[in-house]
Amino acid sequence: MLRADALRAVYDRLDAAAVVTIMGAVAAELQAIGHRPNFFYLQHGMGLASSMGLGIALTRPEIPVVVLDGDGSVLMNLGGLTTLARYRPRNLLHVIFDNESLLSVGGFPTATATGTDLAGIASAAGVPRTATVRSVEDFVRAFDTARAAHDLTTLVAKVEATGPARFVTDLGLLENRFAFARRLKEMQGESV
Amino acid sequence: MPVSAANSQVVFDALKGCGVRLMSALPETWLVHLIRLADVDPEVTLVRLAKEEEGVGISAGAHLAGVKSAMLMQNHGLLASVNGIVSCAQLYRIPLLMVISHRGGFGERDPWQTEGGAVTEEILRTLRIPFTCLERPEHVARRVTDALTLAYASNKPAALLLCRELMWED
Repeated sequence: MLRADALRAVYDRLDAAAVVTIMGAVAAELQAIGHRPNFFYLQHGMGLASSMGLGIALTRPEIPVVVLDGDGSVLMNLGGLTTLARYRPRNLLHVIFDNESLLSVGGFPTATATGTDLAGIASAAGVPRTATVRSVEDFVRAFDTARAAHDLTTLVAKVEATGPARFVTDLGLLENRFAFARRLKEMQGESV
Repeated sequence: MPVSAANSQVVFDALKGCGVRLMSALPETWLVHLIRLADVDPEVTLVRLAKEEEGVGISAGAHLAGVKSAMLMQNHGLLASVNGIVSCAQLYRIPLLMVISHRGGFGERDPWQTEGGAVTEEILRTLRIPFTCLERPEHVARRVTDALTLAYASNKPAALLLCRELMWED
């Protein structure tokens, strides 16, 4: 499965959610499909996208939150999975695109290339719902099931280690950050 | 344990009085009362961390969602959080309020705390994070308010160092 195809397949479902992505290919590919003000791209701070998602999910339980994470980032903050599980925000869907490599810095293999099972780790950390999928169809089905379940889910999508040629886009980091905060404020208003 | 319950209450009340509604924390001796206060207050969400750097991300998310937060940590938690502070909070201009127990200064009896105490203020200066010490209960409310005011005006982190005089009753 290509990550870009998986993103395209659920793109329309991201409209009502606060979406937090990691840096690199995920951010560039989602922006290539089409940036929206409810998308925030954490272009550094590796490992903290899931923590940011937790911060949003806990403080705004009425907003669905989708974190688009990666294997390299999750491996830098495995303890964060125990914190996610401990607070179990039911509005948080934690997607991990696992390409078994640090693609944007030369494609060196991560530990998932030699057998580390991130869904297994999430499950053992206490995340109530986990799954690993290998096709776009299964990804979309698992994505929808997770949203319908209204419970914390870590969904590992095994994807190919390919991505865009460039990672820098013309969206300024602070432009993205301030517009995202403004959009969350509006979403808050809509739900009241 | 001679950690000051009264002064911990003063710090907690000052944070809450400024509108802080989420506190992330990793336990350390000087923070025990503060963490318990956050845990039992129904208006405050306490997030217990596995490692302090997570708290940077959680506070960043809370801020973008419109909620004031604070990190409660030891100075070694500050050391463990430096990458997150630089590449998340500073890169994205997050008004991150850090309440840091300043272990390892004069009067420290635990040998293992002595290295961290020696570098804490220099680390904050190097990161260009404005900070002040909380030493006496009578100036806590004012300094907490001023720290949060500057953090929000500048959209940058600010730090408050909990000092021995305030936190420890010998």
